[in-house]
Amino acid sequence: MIDGLIMIVLILIKLGVIFAVIMTMAAYLVLAERKILARMQLRHGPNRVGPFGMMQPLADVIKLLTKEDFLPDRADKWLFLLAPGMAAVTAILTFAVVPFGPPLQVFGHELPLVVIDLNVGVLYFLGLSSLAVYGVALGGWASNSKYSLLGGIRGLAQLISYELSMGLALVPVVMLARSFSLTDIVLAQQAAPFILVNPLAFLIFLVSVVAESKRTPFDMPEAENELVGGFHTEYSGMRFGLFFVGEYINLVILSSMVTVFFLGGWLGPLLPGVIWFGVKVLALCFFFIWVRGSLPRLRYDQLMHFGWKILLPLALLNVLLTGAVLLWSRT
Amino acid sequence: MLENYLPVLVLIGIAVAFAVGSVVMSGLIGMKKPSAVKLAPYECGMPLVGSARERFSVKFYIIAMLFILFDIEAVFLYPWAVMFKRLGMFGFVEMGVFIAILLVGFIYVWKKGALEWE
Repeated sequence: MIDGLIMIVLILIKLGVIFAVIMTMAAYLVLAERKILARMQLRHGPNRVGPFGMMQPLADVIKLLTKEDFLPDRADKWLFLLAPGMAAVTAILTFAVVPFGPPLQVFGHELPLVVIDLNVGVLYFLGLSSLAVYGVALGGWASNSKYSLLGGIRGLAQLISYELSMGLALVPVVMLARSFSLTDIVLAQQAAPFILVNPLAFLIFLVSVVAESKRTPFDMPEAENELVGGFHTEYSGMRFGLFFVGEYINLVILSSMVTVFFLGGWLGPLLPGVIWFGVKVLALCFFFIWVRGSLPRLRYDQLMHFGWKILLPLALLNVLLTGAVLLWSRT
Repeated sequence: MLENYLPVLVLIGIAVAFAVGSVVMSGLIGMKKPSAVKLAPYECGMPLVGSARERFSVKFYIIAMLFILFDIEAVFLYPWAVMFKRLGMFGFVEMGVFIAILLVGFIYVWKKGALEWE
């Protein structure tokens, strides 16, 4: 009974801390992105609010909260309400399975540094990541605006282009780790991170992940210079904020997933595990920002061709290749 | 077994509360001055042309149908991948045959031009 109570309290504390960390990371990632992009374009970026613009996220939140929150004419009220929620909630939920450190010892209890180590973690991640597209599709349709509709349709086109190769790129990881649990996957990389064992799967997964994050060069659903704001053209105030927060949380999540699946998660010499995990995730976040600062946008039929004619066959062959190598190395 | 998912349930609660809470907050704090022009869908300030609720030709619907097929086939790979070591050579050959059939279908679809638009 007491044990159960302690368990629940621990879970609540963990959830609270994780939620706070995600929110802060998402908020400051926005600032970091604006700063880094600005530097890449020889500008200064936000530097008025607080020292070095450090209070900018706070100012943004206040601005979003005090903006008018309106429903466009003839928009579908409930879907319009639901869509940004879908985007933010699915992004936050994925964090439940991310292991960000080795288990800690607290008061004689073993405290795993993961909200819940589901034995179907990989499937949970893939499921939620495909649910996230509902936010884009429903929001785009419900707004009753042509720009939004086009954005929503592009979002769907994007999903059916990258999702297959993203899923298939994880099959070799599961084969190597022999488990769907993300903790087991990290532990299986003690000898060598999977990026060295299976670099092709890493590359396929990385490209798919950039497409999943809906950022340049795959930001067709938003494409601000052709579709205004894409699927969130008609959104204002905190509902736009939810889309925005969802996108940046998603960025953190996807970086964590790449870290867990291919970069050895929290494993690393000398420093404590949590720090290694943080460093890897932040490096990947920087990589995503860098990509955004360097590459032009593709057309969505180009992405579709790329996904179906290059990534998918490669991913399928990689599954067979991994299997053959695993069998050969055993005998 | 099922109580393993309790934290997920709590997290759903927190996430939904956050989403609903922030929208409600902004509804309470934000100003409200709706006008017919402001509520009209944005079209660069020009008068609206037609409606967004018209039929829109989705060029990629065949690919969307193929996606469902291939996605289901990808789902078959997961249980096999977990059990790969235990299934050994037998499992590998069997999945090789499965993927070969998949690839034949894929090449057929490709050559038929289903992956092209129009």
